[in-house]
Amino acid sequence: MGSYNLTHLKELEAEAIFVIREVVAQFENPVLLFSGGKDSIVCYHLARKAFYPAKVPFPLMHVDTGHNFPETIQFRDKLIEETGARLIVGSVQQSIDEGKSTEEKGVNASRNKLQTVTLLDAIEANKFDCAMGGARRDEEKARAKERFFSHRDDFGQWDPKNQRPELWNTFNGKKNMGEHFRVFPISNWTEMDIWQYILAEKIDIPSIYFSHTRDCFVRDGVIMGKTDFVETKDTEEVQPMVVRFRTIGDATCTGAVASTAATLEEIIEEVASTRVTERGGRSDDKRSEAAMEDRKKEGYF
Amino acid sequence: MEKSYLNMDLLRFTTAGSVDDGKSTLIGRLLYDSKSIFEDQMEAIQQVSDRKGEEHVNLALLTDGLRDEREQGITIDVAYRYFATPQRKFIIADTPGHIQYTRNMVTGASTANLAIILIDARHGIVEQTKRHSFIASLLGIPHIVYCINKMDLVDYSQEVYNTLVDDLEDFSAKLETKDVRFIPISALKGDNVVHRSEKMGWFEGATLMHTLETVHIASDHNHIDCRFPIQNVIRPQTTEHHDYRGYAGRIAGGVFKKGDAVMVLPSGFTSKIKSIDTFDGEIDEAFAPMSVTMTLEDDIDISRGDMIVRENNKPEVSQDIEAMICWMGDSPLKEKGKYALKHTSKDARCMVKEIKYKVDINTLHRNEADKVISSNDVARVTLRTTSPLFIDQYGRNRNTGSLILIDEATNNTVGAGMII
Repeated sequence: MGSYNLTHLKELEAEAIFVIREVVAQFENPVLLFSGGKDSIVCYHLARKAFYPAKVPFPLMHVDTGHNFPETIQFRDKLIEETGARLIVGSVQQSIDEGKSTEEKGVNASRNKLQTVTLLDAIEANKFDCAMGGARRDEEKARAKERFFSHRDDFGQWDPKNQRPELWNTFNGKKNMGEHFRVFPISNWTEMDIWQYILAEKIDIPSIYFSHTRDCFVRDGVIMGKTDFVETKDTEEVQPMVVRFRTIGDATCTGAVASTAATLEEIIEEVASTRVTERGGRSDDKRSEAAMEDRKKEGYF
Repeated sequence: MEKSYLNMDLLRFTTAGSVDDGKSTLIGRLLYDSKSIFEDQMEAIQQVSDRKGEEHVNLALLTDGLRDEREQGITIDVAYRYFATPQRKFIIADTPGHIQYTRNMVTGASTANLAIILIDARHGIVEQTKRHSFIASLLGIPHIVYCINKMDLVDYSQEVYNTLVDDLEDFSAKLETKDVRFIPISALKGDNVVHRSEKMGWFEGATLMHTLETVHIASDHNHIDCRFPIQNVIRPQTTEHHDYRGYAGRIAGGVFKKGDAVMVLPSGFTSKIKSIDTFDGEIDEAFAPMSVTMTLEDDIDISRGDMIVRENNKPEVSQDIEAMICWMGDSPLKEKGKYALKHTSKDARCMVKEIKYKVDINTLHRNEADKVISSNDVARVTLRTTSPLFIDQYGRNRNTGSLILIDEATNNTVGAGMII
């Protein structure tokens, strides 16, 4: 690069930091949604950069389905402890116990969709006026239309056909009482950018992103980790497999990939040569062609 | 590969074209030939194409993300696409061809380094070509590439191409854009998109992909006029950083160096840059579009909306703003109407003092008689703001030369302003 030209990772970093700082300037009570996945870890890292040497001036919130891989929760708790962040946990189990959500039934039952109820409840209970998230536009086609600053009405709903135009880097976070915003600082990052950034910045991520041996079974062509939360059918054979996860979500709907990539460099090689999108292993997106759009309209992240 | 990846830069471009000019095919071709379409995406659109009984895989389905768009076969909103080659990473702002055209293209164009404008070789310059060119020029996109598409349908004729280029050169001479290029392509067959055309040996220029990979973008940012709009004040209030007071923001222009004498607007107080801080340590200089935190030698009262500049190179400080406005509101722009305004990190209110004329975006003619400015119209206006803005001409700096207008009743963004 010439002396006054940034590399694309530095430019994306500068853009994300700018967006996070705008959130703190324009909203009274923002929160960063934190799943323990790599995208939210990168967002938190960017937030620390944005306000250094001060502490991150907002809490993190984990919408916990209760169906986690234990490695994710261990990682989350360690990161919180080391960096002194404030963590709020919104519990899907609690929403179910309080009768606000109803558990899905059958072998494909997942709590993924139920997160929306818990998320909206937690936003209301904590009076958050902005929830930042690590969603990226390259993940899914409905997300490709998402704004950096995404307005939600007082039911938390997204109206994709009536979005505010977003010009230059001038973000309009004005809203009425009861409404809130979702803000996506890493909108313009791709999966490859995230991995390259994690490598360049030496960011810690949960161990399940790296190749390991785990008891798995195959459902609809997707490798699923065997956990207490998923019922297996008689025809599904559980056996140890060498896998890693490309995304970390609810354990009931997040698929693994057969992989021997045990280092960041090997993961990057694998991502560069892979021919399936990272959400290709998410059965929640496979429910219908517009599955993501429908969930997003209701207030999913 | 890792080393080259860390050395890549970023080109943002927008694609414009009228209906059926092959824009989706071109984007599909760029994504496909750069191996950015994945198997599961391809499978999904193959299934939909089959179900609809379409003969070819419809690459437009890749870019149409919303249910209504797929059902109606139209594109409603700007969609962002990503791909990379070993040289560069690309962000495409794909803007729809008809509905809310101006609004969407202005949105996509506002952050673009380059615009691709597609022209059907059989039809030549049409009304949309002029409109797209004008918007690209108005939004200050530094590079325009006219792709003369569907060359396969005119027998790859050099004569057809040359005639079209002559017409385009005449027309584009009226635009602000200095870097204008022409490439004959067939998006469908792949000629001159990623691979050089065997059918058009007469064309000596670069392919579209080569152009995208090599166009010089380092000077697209202003590195001359120092502008640092303050976003936040960083005050850790910890024992370790007890008296720390840093000013966080993104450099909007120029190069700031440690030790530089600076002035703070609007107060006019002067000081020196004590440090330029980042999470990764202190740095000696910062330039657009970096996000940094500055500390100053002197204790000055500075808050969000203020701007740090050089004393001998100040922006204009004014409450009377001349601007071209692209209107996006559902109800027309009101003369004497009041709106909220955002300019860099500064919030203000303004009154529309005067609508001077409407621009016919197809002919560029000024219409002083027609002052009804509806959605998707462009008009020259004079604004009076409640407090002074620190402005540059849009052509000089897209960060400090742009503003948005917000309807105070609905909170919607209703206008995009380019300061003259």
